[in-house]
Parts: sequence; C-alpha cells; structure tokens
Amino acid sequence: MSDYTSVTSEDLAQMLATIGVESIEELLEAIPADVRMREPLNLPAGRPEQDVLAHLRALAARNTSADDEITFLGAGMYDHYAPALIESIILRSEFLTPYTPYQPEISQGGLQAMFEYQTAMSELTGLPVSNASLYEGPSAVASAAYMSKLANGRSEFVVSRGVHPHARQTLATVAHGWGGRVVEVELRDGVTDPSDLAAHIGPDTCAVVVQQPNFLGAVEDLVPIADAAHAVGAIPICSADPLTLGILEAPGHQGFEIVVGEGQTLGNRLDFGGPSFGFLTASVDHMRRMPGRIAGETRDADGRRGFVLTLQTREQHIRREKATSNICTAQALNALAGVIYLSWLGRQGLPELGELLLHRTAYARAQLATLEGVELIHDQPVVREFAVRLDAPVNAVIAACQERGIHPGFALERDYPEYPGGLLVAITEQRSRADIDLLVDTLGEVVAALGAQSAGVEVIR
Amino acid sequence: MADEHYPEDLRYHREHDWVRVDGDEAVFGITWFAQDALGEVVFYEPPAVGATLAADATYGELESVKAVSDIYAPADGEVVSVNEDVVAAPELVNTDPYGAGWLVRVRLTNPARLDALMDQAAYVAYLAGLGEA
Amino acid sequence: MTPPTDFAQTAQQREEVRTIFERGAPGRRASHLPVLDVPEQPIDDVLPARFRRRGLPLLPEVSEPEIVRHYVRLSKRNFDLDSGFYPLGSCTMKYNPKLHERVAALPGHSRLHPLQRPERAQGALELMWGLQNALGEIAGLPHVSLQPSAGSHGELAGVLLTRAYHEDRGDAREIVLTPDTAHGTNPATVTMAGYRVLGVGTDANGGVDLDDLREKATDRVACLMLTNPNTLGLFDPNITEIARIVHGVGATLYYDGANLNAIMGISRPGDMGFDIVHFNLHKSFTQPHGGGGPGAGPIAVSDRIAPYLPVPIVTRTEAADGPVFDLVDDLPKSIGRVRGFQGNYGVFVRAYAYICSLGGEGLRQASEIAVLNANYLRALLRKQGIGEYLATPFDRHCMHEFVMSGGPMKRDLGIRTLDLAKRMLDFGVHPPTVYFPQLVEECLLIEPTETETRETLETFAKILAEILAEAVESPETARNAPYTTPVRRLDEATAARVPVLRQPLG
Repeated sequence: MSDYTSVTSEDLAQMLATIGVESIEELLEAIPADVRMREPLNLPAGRPEQDVLAHLRALAARNTSADDEITFLGAGMYDHYAPALIESIILRSEFLTPYTPYQPEISQGGLQAMFEYQTAMSELTGLPVSNASLYEGPSAVASAAYMSKLANGRSEFVVSRGVHPHARQTLATVAHGWGGRVVEVELRDGVTDPSDLAAHIGPDTCAVVVQQPNFLGAVEDLVPIADAAHAVGAIPICSADPLTLGILEAPGHQGFEIVVGEGQTLGNRLDFGGPSFGFLTASVDHMRRMPGRIAGETRDADGRRGFVLTLQTREQHIRREKATSNICTAQALNALAGVIYLSWLGRQGLPELGELLLHRTAYARAQLATLEGVELIHDQPVVREFAVRLDAPVNAVIAACQERGIHPGFALERDYPEYPGGLLVAITEQRSRADIDLLVDTLGEVVAALGAQSAGVEVIR
Repeated sequence: MADEHYPEDLRYHREHDWVRVDGDEAVFGITWFAQDALGEVVFYEPPAVGATLAADATYGELESVKAVSDIYAPADGEVVSVNEDVVAAPELVNTDPYGAGWLVRVRLTNPARLDALMDQAAYVAYLAGLGEA
Repeated sequence: MTPPTDFAQTAQQREEVRTIFERGAPGRRASHLPVLDVPEQPIDDVLPARFRRRGLPLLPEVSEPEIVRHYVRLSKRNFDLDSGFYPLGSCTMKYNPKLHERVAALPGHSRLHPLQRPERAQGALELMWGLQNALGEIAGLPHVSLQPSAGSHGELAGVLLTRAYHEDRGDAREIVLTPDTAHGTNPATVTMAGYRVLGVGTDANGGVDLDDLREKATDRVACLMLTNPNTLGLFDPNITEIARIVHGVGATLYYDGANLNAIMGISRPGDMGFDIVHFNLHKSFTQPHGGGGPGAGPIAVSDRIAPYLPVPIVTRTEAADGPVFDLVDDLPKSIGRVRGFQGNYGVFVRAYAYICSLGGEGLRQASEIAVLNANYLRALLRKQGIGEYLATPFDRHCMHEFVMSGGPMKRDLGIRTLDLAKRMLDFGVHPPTVYFPQLVEECLLIEPTETETRETLETFAKILAEILAEAVESPETARNAPYTTPVRRLDEATAARVPVLRQPLG
C-alpha cells in the first residue's frame, strides 16, 4: 500500500506531544459519534505501485484505442497527431503541479503561457479578447449563452441543429436554471436552413448559435447568419473547430461577437473525452462579462515586463452572487498544450494542414460515393468530415468493419433520426490514402453483405 | 492619492457618497473614505444618461483590482450627464474624489430628500463612530 | 536562512522577457506534414473562395528547438508543488504520484475515442464504474455521476438537481442558503441556477448559527450549501441538527467537497444528512493542478435525488461470461448533460489509481495525517515569536486546515498579510491562501496536507518566525518583498485599467 505520507512512530509521538493530545483520535473529537463511521470503508485493500500499474494496464488492454484500429471516428474529437514535444513540456513539474497562479511573482511561466494562448486564440478566431480557457467545448457554448443573457437580458436561444448534440443538450440543461429557452433550427441540404432561422428569430432572441464546420461536416455560410442575428438585436455565437481556421474564414471576421469551441484538436489527447479545453473569444464590448480566468500584461515594481490574472472583479471570489460565472478553473495545462501545438504547426503549417485535410477528405468522400448502397447526405463543402447514408443497418456495419480492424465513423441515427442509416466519417492527417482505400473496400463489402441481408429479412417479414 | 478631507460645502450619505447641490441640479461622487477603502479604482460602470436614480439605491459600480463597490444615490434624480473622464481614467476617483472624480450630474426630482443627509461635521463624527465600532 | 534583499539578478532575470510570438524568423517552422498522397484538385472545387480565410492568423514562425527552449525557460519562472511546500488552504495541494502520469498515458486510456462503442471500451467503463462505486462509498451516498468537469461545475449540477427535485414535486422555491464563510463559488452557482442567495451567520465557535438558520429556513428555501469541516477548518458538531432543520422545511442539504480530505473514511456526508455532494478529484484524489486545471467534479446523491442525475452514467449487468458495462443516457427525469462525452476520463484514471493504491484504510490514514499535520503546524505557529503577531481564532483543534489572523501583525508591526505572503516567496515556500474567509481579519488559511514531512512543517514555522523577527527591525523589507523572484510585485491596477490581454501582432 502507498499513501505517500511520511510520519514515523517517533514523529507521531513528538507531534502529538507538541499539540498536547494523546492520540489522533482526540483531534477528531468535534465529530459527533453518531456521524462517525463505525466500519472501515468498504473498498479493496491498498496495493503496491506495481500491482496498481498491472491493474490499470489490464483495464487499458480491454479498450480498443486509436492505436488498435484504423479509425475514422470523429464527431467532436479527432485523432490528429500531437507532436512529442508537447508531452515533454507539459509533463515538467513546473507546469504540471502548480495551482492557479494566485501569486504572480512565482507564476510567470504559467501566466505568460496563458497570455500567449490568448493571443493565439484571438488570432485564430478573429476576435480581440480571449479568456485563458474553459472546461471543454459544449459547456463553453453554454457559457457563451449565459454571457449573452447578461448582455441583453433576453432569454431565447436559437440554435442550429448543426451544433454538436452534446452542446445543444448542455445548453438546454443549464439554461433551464436561469430561465433560458432553447429552440432549434432545422438543417436543409446539410446546413442551417435560412428560412427556418428567419422563422425562429425575433425580439426575444438572445443569441443565435451555429457551428463551423457543423456536426455533419458542412461549412456554413456564416455572414447571412450573423446578419440575421444582428437584425433582431441578438448576439451571434459561433462554435468553431480551431484547427480549420487556417483555411476557413475566421468567424470574428464574419460578424460573430462570440466564438467558442472544443480545443482537443489542438494537440490534446482523446482521453475517452477529456480533459481537453474549451475556448471563448469575444469582441471588446463583452470583455467584462466573460467567464473564467484572463491573463494580462503589466510591469513589476522595477519596470520589468510581467503578467497577472486580471479583470478579476468579474469572478466569483470577488463578485460572489453577481459574478459573470461560477467558473474558478481554466484548463491551463490543456491550453498550454494547445499553444505549443499551434507554435509547432506555425504560421505556414496551419493552412497547410487544412489543405491536406481538404484534399484527403474530398478524395475519401468521392470514393465512398461511388459505392453501391452509399450516398452522400449533403454535397456542401467540407473540411475533414462528411455524412453518408448507408443502405444497411449502420450499427451492424460499424461492428462488422471493426471486426476487420476499421472504425468507419459515427452513427447519426440516435441524435439525428432525420438521417436514418447516417454515418459521419472523419479524415485526419493520420489517415493515409492507403487507409482511405481500405475503408472504401471494407465498407463497400460490408454494406453489400449486410444490405442484402437486411433486405432479405424485410422480405421474410 | 489625495489627503483625507471632507469639504464643508457637501452633504453626505451614510454609504460614503457625497452630493454637491447646484441649483435644481446636483453632482454625486464618493468620499475620500470610500475611495481609500476601495483602493486603486480601475473601472467605472456609470448609469445611462436619462436614467432615474432613487435615493439609497445603487446606480453604478466602481471596481478596484480586488473589490467591487456599488455606488448609492444620496438623493432622487434623473441623470443629466456622466463623467466620461472617470470612465476613461478611473484613478481620478482616487486622486481627486471631490473634483475631477465626480461620477454623475443629476436633475433633482425631490430636493426635500437632501435634508436627510449629513453635513460635514455629522459625517466626520459618523466616520469616527465607525472606527470605534 | 535569510535570503538576500539586495541580490544580483540571475541570468533569467536579466534577459528581456519575450513571448513565443517575439521569437523565430519569417519562414522558420517546426512541423512537417505528411505528403499529399491523393489527387490534388483545384482549391476552388473543394472549398469555394468565399469560405476561405483572407488574412492568415499570425502564429509563431519558430523551429522545434526554439519552442522547447522557450517553454522550458518559461517553466523555470514557475514555482510548483514538486519543488516546495504549497500550503494553500482549501486547495489540498498534496503530492501528485508519478505513477498516475504513467497509467494515464497508456494508449488504451489516452488514445481511446470518447465515442468508441461500449463493447470496445469495457476497460474504461469498468474503471468509471469502479470509481463511481468508490466515491459513493466514501460519500455515503450511493448514486454517482462522474460527468462534471470541476468543483464549480459539480456545484452547478448539484443545484440544478435540487431544482429538478423540487420542480418534479410541483414545489417552486426561490432561495438557497449559504453560510457567510462560504467560498465565492457557492453564491455564484446559486445565481446561475436561477436562485437567490441568502446568507446564514457563523456562531462564536465557527459553526453555523443555528438560531439564524432556524429563522431563515422556510418553505421558500430550496437548499442549504455547506462544507464540513467548514472554510475555517472546523468541523461543525451541530451537523445533524442542521440537517434536521433543513430537511424539516423540505429543502436539500448540499455538501461542497472542497474539504473532503479531512474526513475520508472517518465520517461521511451521507451519514451527516447531506443529499448531494460534489468531489474535487484534483484535491482529495490528487490530480495535478496543471497551473489552473484540469480537474473533475463528480457528484454523489441520495436516493431521492438519484432520478435527476446528469447523464451519461455507467451501469453494470451480469452476463454468463462476466459483467458487462454500459453507458446509459436515457434516464427520463435526468437534468440532462452538463458537458460533452463522459467527463474528464484522464482525471478519473488518476483518481482511480490513487484509490487503488491507498485502499479504504489508506484513505482514512491520509485524512488522519492531514489532520495531524494541520494541528502540529498550528501548534508550532502558536508559539513565541509567531503567536503574538498571528492570532489563531477559535480555540479548538482544527481539522485538515486552520485560519490565522494577521490583525495583530498589522497593528503592531505595520505589515499586512499580503506583505507576509510576498516575503514568504523569497524563502521558497508558497504562501497560504490569503484574505479568505473574509470573516477573519487579514486572514491566512493554511492547509499543509498529509504528504508533507514533519521537517517541512518545522521549517515553515521557522521561516514565519524569521520574517516576523525581521519585520520588528525593518517592516519595509516585507512591504517591498519579494526580491528573489523572477519579477517583483506587479502593477495589477494598470493591468485592470488598461487591459492588455493579447499581444498586438502584424
């Protein structure tokens, strides 16, 4: 058993004597007998480090990771390559083990990294102010909505069905608390339907929320959406994939006042869904309503350049029930991974990666569309992900492909009953042409086999 | 920072706000004591011009690095103008609380309320009482 | 051990601080991408010009060695837990075992996609199920959702659960009670969940003022949010009476798990009468804090709250060839999701490894030694040379942390708690939490944790004595501290007045 403590019996005797008690038990006397545990915790006994490692290894071995199959699964988190230098830097004790930088004089490394991160996110999204990160993508959408409510006092959120289902569900959960209502706008031809959007917005609309690229992979035409929101005095919010912003126009340049999103694509692990980071950038008008930590540049007593947490009067520890958010923590370490990744990719690398994704995805989409029993759900421009409809039971197709070492993508049916047989396929730079060709062959064979089978079953019924 | 002082031509509210009457209009601000308690002021959130202020109710906020303070209206009135200089340079509240650091100018809607306020001597005595408590 | 106050600058400090954006040169790069191995089409055919970015983001142009050197040098401008004592009250800065990074990095965990089908993520789901059960056992509340991402997030989920519970019974309530010693997150959460905050006073022993509570507990109250031990580090012995009062008016009792490190295996929130608990896995279960995240804030609840838990939760069913784990997200009364996917699984892996290492007995010992260390340090700080300047309000044993007041120091020596804290930086220790709880004048909140040695605690006491002795002679030294840190006191007023929140580029 390890407990990482160091009190010897001699220490214990001396410490108790200094305190002036006979036993540790005496220190716990404030806890009344009726709320004391009478039995030990019903948990397995502690184990030495090597046993714990073996147990955790055995559990890991029962998972099929992105190393164990050729995966085309995306739908919010993606198997992009994270270079080795990220791990080497973020595992340094100096970044890994400090708390939030409450003492700026001994936290300049972390604070400067936040400032650099904020600069990078501001550049990517085209908006001047970034916070130091939020928990993750979907809750960042909910944070942006709450910020909008503080700004204009309205309570109706008009959300495209192209926004990640988890983000829409998260927004609905938290908005219920502060009395916000969520209405959804249908997709048409894979993108937010302009006429359905127009039908849903009005003087009660607090904010309009869209995603770029949207959940079906389609690139949304953002300018008319921002214009429509502004026309009714609502705040346009875009949830964007930051990795695509080397080739896609920045939402901040297209009229969006708040841009949020999931940062996992920037050098963070899949980690079965977290931890990653969420980001939030905004126009200057919204600066004092932003949630979370923000780093700012200043000077020290000797005139040297330095960084501090700033605009802290927004935060819960000062403004308490009037705070702009209850959020105390950022995802500093994950955001650090993000800014290291962006530095590694660099000014040229980000658009190059975007173009590589464009071409590989276009190739995969065209090849899959040639298959019998596979058709495109939409033909909008896409960057790294696209949706197809299979003439076969999609979950059975996925399972059969996995038996052959390929995960073909995400089944849309549960979240999008309007797309039966829908499969969302993601192509990262880690998937070569050979991988794509293998997907095409495998999917073609599996769909043919299972499509025929399910057709046969229906005839028999 | 200004030195501690409380001008005799002002009237004072117990939340450490002052009022300077000017015909049927008046100027509001916070006292030396209030700015000292708050520390270096970094942000002023003023009311809108035309807003109606009610005596004893808050009409805006001042922020220092690590505190937020509501500002209380010492009398009823309608905002005629706000001090944009303080919006741009909030430290004026520290350096000149009774002069360049004024916060709003209002048209008084109920001048009788002014009688409920303290004069300089009463306010200084009130501050002394706070110190003892 | 006195560090110099007039010292030669280190090379690090002489160097002009530069950001990553101020390094590198045009055309320089670190990354090289895979070759384009598919037919290249005209760009306009794959992405029409109207969608394409004009004005590229001005990211750094740097080589890989430059990036590594930049961030390694930055890292040296941070103080960290692996380097020294970090007694930040209410933050539980206990040692982060190195094993945890090794197990979290195993590809079966770190490279697992969140939407992998459950039958191919059985190891991960078994781990989550095991963690759910362990947390339920530690809290004494059997139903657990791991989903929330941080303590504040768990709080929000918890108060939304309270809302769902009352609404389901057709009972509209509008007030949530929080003690005046509460962490600021509590009232901020209450507002975000659509309730109004009402404060409850503290009695002379540092506990909840029962008379005040009785007066304020009405059928309009939805919930009382509490932590026990409270933010003063004191266990409230009236907890069962508090629970009786709160339940008597039909309200729920919420436990802020920030201080769980005092009572693991000793006393359970569920047994005290709490309905909802959030855990801070990054505190009690030693996730490295990462300079401000990530963490995780799972919640455990009683039977009557269970139907409303956020989704998804992990279930276990017995099958012929062993147990099968699944993710369930269709609970009809659930408040819904509070974030994407399953939660911060990487944090779960570390917390689970920690619980496996310690076991039930080890967790209890950890809490006991946390209490022992806190009381030992408190005893050392009450001694001659410190006790005259730093008062210890509440004359009773503390739990895992304790408060001191710098009031006498401010009056007698003319230095404030902030000055004391800044001077500590020169001695290579992180200061305690300062100016919280606000109830205590010039407050210090000190939490040593169980993983510190006796020698470390004694050294800390000596450092405090030395700073105070120095202040008797020369209060200016503390007032202008620190001297040996990468920067000295920073101008926070200018930073807030004229915010520079990003670097101007281009």
